Amino acid sequence: MSEALKELGTHIELKRTDCVLSWTVAHDELTVDVAPSSLVEFVEFLKTDQNCKFSTLVDITGVDYPERAKRFDVVYHFLSMYQNQRIRIRISVREEDMVPSIVDVHPSANWFEREVFDMFGILFSGHPDLRRILTDYGFRGYPLRKDFPTTGYIEVRYDEAQKRVVYEPVSLVQEYRQFDFMSPWEGANYVLPGDEKQET
Amino acid sequence: MDGSRYDDGSTDALSGEQKIRNFNINFGPQHPAAHGVLRLVLELDGEIVERCDPHIGLLHRGTEKLMESRTYLQNLPYFDRLDYVAPMNQEHAWCLAIEKLTGVEVPRRASLIRVLYSEIGRVLNHLLNVTTQAMDVGALTPPLWGFEEREKLMVFYERACGARLHAAYFRPGGVHQDLPPELLDDIETWSHEFPAVLDDIDGLLTENRIFKQRNCDIGVVTEEDIQQYGFSGVMVRGSGLAWDLRRAQPYECYDEFEFQIPVGKNGDCYDRYLVRMEEMRQSVSIIRQAIAKLRDCPGDILARGKITPPKRSDMKTSMESLIHHFKLYTEGFHVPAGEVYAAVEAPKGEFGVYLVADGTNKPYRAKLRAPGFLHLQAMDHVAKGHQLADVAAIIGTMDVVFGEIDR
Repeated sequence: MSEALKELGTHIELKRTDCVLSWTVAHDELTVDVAPSSLVEFVEFLKTDQNCKFSTLVDITGVDYPERAKRFDVVYHFLSMYQNQRIRIRISVREEDMVPSIVDVHPSANWFEREVFDMFGILFSGHPDLRRILTDYGFRGYPLRKDFPTTGYIEVRYDEAQKRVVYEPVSLVQEYRQFDFMSPWEGANYVLPGDEKQET
Repeated sequence: MDGSRYDDGSTDALSGEQKIRNFNINFGPQHPAAHGVLRLVLELDGEIVERCDPHIGLLHRGTEKLMESRTYLQNLPYFDRLDYVAPMNQEHAWCLAIEKLTGVEVPRRASLIRVLYSEIGRVLNHLLNVTTQAMDVGALTPPLWGFEEREKLMVFYERACGARLHAAYFRPGGVHQDLPPELLDDIETWSHEFPAVLDDIDGLLTENRIFKQRNCDIGVVTEEDIQQYGFSGVMVRGSGLAWDLRRAQPYECYDEFEFQIPVGKNGDCYDRYLVRMEEMRQSVSIIRQAIAKLRDCPGDILARGKITPPKRSDMKTSMESLIHHFKLYTEGFHVPAGEVYAAVEAPKGEFGVYLVADGTNKPYRAKLRAPGFLHLQAMDHVAKGHQLADVAAIIGTMDVVFGEIDR
């Protein structure tokens, strides 16, 4: 299994030396890092090349790493029903970068890219209809970014007096419960109450 | 008045070449044929659909965000609430992803139980889908008969895990509890009675004139559409491609079961109905095989180790086991850093989990890949040029459930 994937990885690297930054095989899965500028060309190559034939787009998603300069990873999964193999493509982008849209190559990317835009605020250049998809009409913010609170900012309820739905800032009657059960003995970096005074 | 002359005697300057605007209507979100909370904005030219814009997200609960602040085990029940028609199949993907990262080997008995309950889930899903789709196109009896069988299956769910729908039964490393032998007997009895019910539903629908008129040549999906729009599951098999993850990329112990993969010929709604009916028969056969294998295979149902709880009896005597139990259910287990994509052949298609772990007890990012998301996306392409009434039939055979699409 992983032998075949290594072969495939070498093949792709040889054919597209200019696009591939690096590739790895882990957990029987092939991951290829690509530069954003060569993404569309690379995806098209994967679709048409006889050894790859990655004709089905399985998934597009983002991962947020706020501490990195290139904050977001955009991850693409492809499947070949003909060769029975999978591949993962990863690109890293800054917050203000535009990612080229692959809708022209894979029409199924349309909603996935809308979802990534909705959840992470990553813009896709060349997308025909980049609207929000899952969140409410008129929603603000990008929920899956790590700096967006799980509770959100706005809450919705039906107001009996006004006979309509009203939007209000979130007010929690009780603190949002975030239990931290990490073991203090292994790996965890704890500031126990009182310890912060030790330095000064 | 014939339309060319108004009451005050004036005439319309443009009469004869008046521009007729297309008509926009809202389909749903409170429409019984929308299978949940789907809002379709349809542009109609007479009765012909010109454009179809699905608005989704009305059931969005932010599952992926919630999962980032909960431990791996606490996240498991969220999967029941995705595709709530066949809950255990979703849990399966999550367990497979964790097991892939941690490298845990599932005991054989647990593996067989998982196959057994995945197939029960498949029958649950197809029963609901086939019969409610029939209701969308005008038949009332099939859902009544189908739901009776679903009820029996949910009792099997309940007897295995205590809940009819939100099971939380598959756990990383195995399944929660062992099945009693009486339950296996009852499932086997059911598996002998069920084909007769299936034949009854078959007799109601398959050669029914109205059912055929509403489904044949409606929503034809070609091989090119499949690749372009990323279809999976029955949407693929209905068009003649024998693509099934259980066969193509076997997970669990599906490779030792004998089953056929039914395929359609024309790729229309009727073929997808036929494929689902046949898949139920194949699932029943897998269920019988699994029961036979389970009887020959007693043993443990959890891979005892860091990610699973200790035996109850051990906890009474061993301090380490007690500590382990406490830490497992508070802190949870840690998953080594890495990223992994695990997919199962859920009844609706390929359900996948992309899991990014950072070595702590919570997933750094989990992406749920729902098959219905892509199927519904192609709605505009598939429904274009069909009549308004066909929209309901197409939504029905696409098998959309909003729990998994909106997440």
